[in-house]
Amino acid sequence: MTEQYLNFLDHLAKSPYFISDGGIGTYLQSHGLEPGDSPEKLNLTQPTVIRQMAKSFFDAGSDMVLTNSFGGNKFMLKKYGVESQLHEINREAASLGRMAAGENQWVIGSIGPSGEFLQPLGNVSHEEMYDAFAAQAQALEEGGANGILVETMTSLDEITIAIDAIHKSTALPILATMTFDKGPRGYFSMMGVTPDQTVTALSNTNVAVLGANCGNGIDQMTEIFELLRRTSSKPILIHSNAGIPKIVGKEVVYNEEPEYMAEYFISLIERGAKIVGGCCGVTPKHIEMLRDLLDKKGLC
Amino acid sequence: MPITNKGLLEELTHISKQDELQHITKMLEKTDALMQQVSYALICGDNETVDRLTKQALDENYEANTILDDGLIAGMAIVGIKFRDNIIFVPEVLISARAMKAGMAHLEPILSASDIPPLGIVIMGTVKGDLHDIGKNLCIMMLRGAGFVVHDLGVDTKPEEFIEAIEEQEASLIGMSALLTTTMPNMGRTIEAFEEAGIRDAVKVMVGGAPVTQDFADEMGADGYGKDAIDCVDIAKELLNLK
Repeated sequence: MTEQYLNFLDHLAKSPYFISDGGIGTYLQSHGLEPGDSPEKLNLTQPTVIRQMAKSFFDAGSDMVLTNSFGGNKFMLKKYGVESQLHEINREAASLGRMAAGENQWVIGSIGPSGEFLQPLGNVSHEEMYDAFAAQAQALEEGGANGILVETMTSLDEITIAIDAIHKSTALPILATMTFDKGPRGYFSMMGVTPDQTVTALSNTNVAVLGANCGNGIDQMTEIFELLRRTSSKPILIHSNAGIPKIVGKEVVYNEEPEYMAEYFISLIERGAKIVGGCCGVTPKHIEMLRDLLDKKGLC
Repeated sequence: MPITNKGLLEELTHISKQDELQHITKMLEKTDALMQQVSYALICGDNETVDRLTKQALDENYEANTILDDGLIAGMAIVGIKFRDNIIFVPEVLISARAMKAGMAHLEPILSASDIPPLGIVIMGTVKGDLHDIGKNLCIMMLRGAGFVVHDLGVDTKPEEFIEAIEEQEASLIGMSALLTTTMPNMGRTIEAFEEAGIRDAVKVMVGGAPVTQDFADEMGADGYGKDAIDCVDIAKELLNLK
């Protein structure tokens, strides 16, 4: 095991909780990213913006930030015509995060869904998907990532292939989250996976932390946390959106305010969530408010 | 005629809303054993059976429209309800859609060669910046199944591409899709572009996609919103006054 592996997990184990960062896509859009353009390209074209993003979250009080590499797998990059730069894009994502990080501040490589269906539903073979995740994870490791978060997954096949690929091709600790929506029969991922099934499927894998992200405001994420906690023996991570997006004028607005979210985040920590942080719409201001309130409560 | 297909009778137990159950039961009672087999195979996503039975039905001189309504669409209606009620999920819907496509491959050439005029001409596309098309493709299949002529503009469709297609195809309805919250506003921008081009009044606009809501549709000035592909056909008919 490498030093990085021991460091991140050791520190996580020793800390009562970690505060993570906020929404990368929404941050970048408020800093000039065109809607629908590839955020990952900015690692090469606007490195200062990416480094500053990580710094803003660290300054606000994040213990760990995610890299700007959510869509950095070959299938997604191909849609933007930049798959030949996959290695640099992911390596720089991690490296820019590390440049902003100080002591005991961690940079976790983000790996999002492939955007493809596995055979026989889709066209991608198990092996091709494995290779794609392995290539992305290796580049993130080379750039200095302290761990990898496989996030926003909806299929158990895909998440376990990703975990397996990362485990075998890097020495990094692995965190993994699924995205659930509330339907008439409870919480399910788009592919029909429940929180319970997720815990069962992931307990025998090499993930150090499991959890849920995106898709919901923080009240529903708290419900999901409770479902995961019932059966999970692994530490749990919750990355919540700042509500469900609304349109005001021509802008997309996430309307859960820092103070409102902070109360819920603190409640999650008190109930045993190990890592809390944001997804779409969560800004450095949200993290700053959370850190302030935790400091005041002496929960640091 | 009572429903004789055991598989279909079992499927009906999944429908919990009484009015829907009555509606679907009535619809299926008008169909015969072969059409019920087609419906059940479609619900199971068995595209080989749908393919084989559709061919068989045509050989036995069933009207293409009958196979479409009594076999494929009846089955898809149950798929839609099961999807909405969390009994099945995206993978199952995609597999049923593939089965529908297998049946449509036989029916489409006949339907399009017939004298029956299309219900309407529809332009469909995922908006600018968005590359997601599963939902949009399901909508297109349902619309074609229902008798619309659909021109698919694919993903990442710029406003001017919509405008060009509307003018070229003389379409009366357009459907826009977005999966990303970040690209949702491009729906409103596309509608604005229609206004600027002076064609807003010439077409009805319907929108859909996972993050899209009725409120959002109203806010941007769309004429209709559908929450899924089954809804899409109803909305299209409503907007073109075909109901």
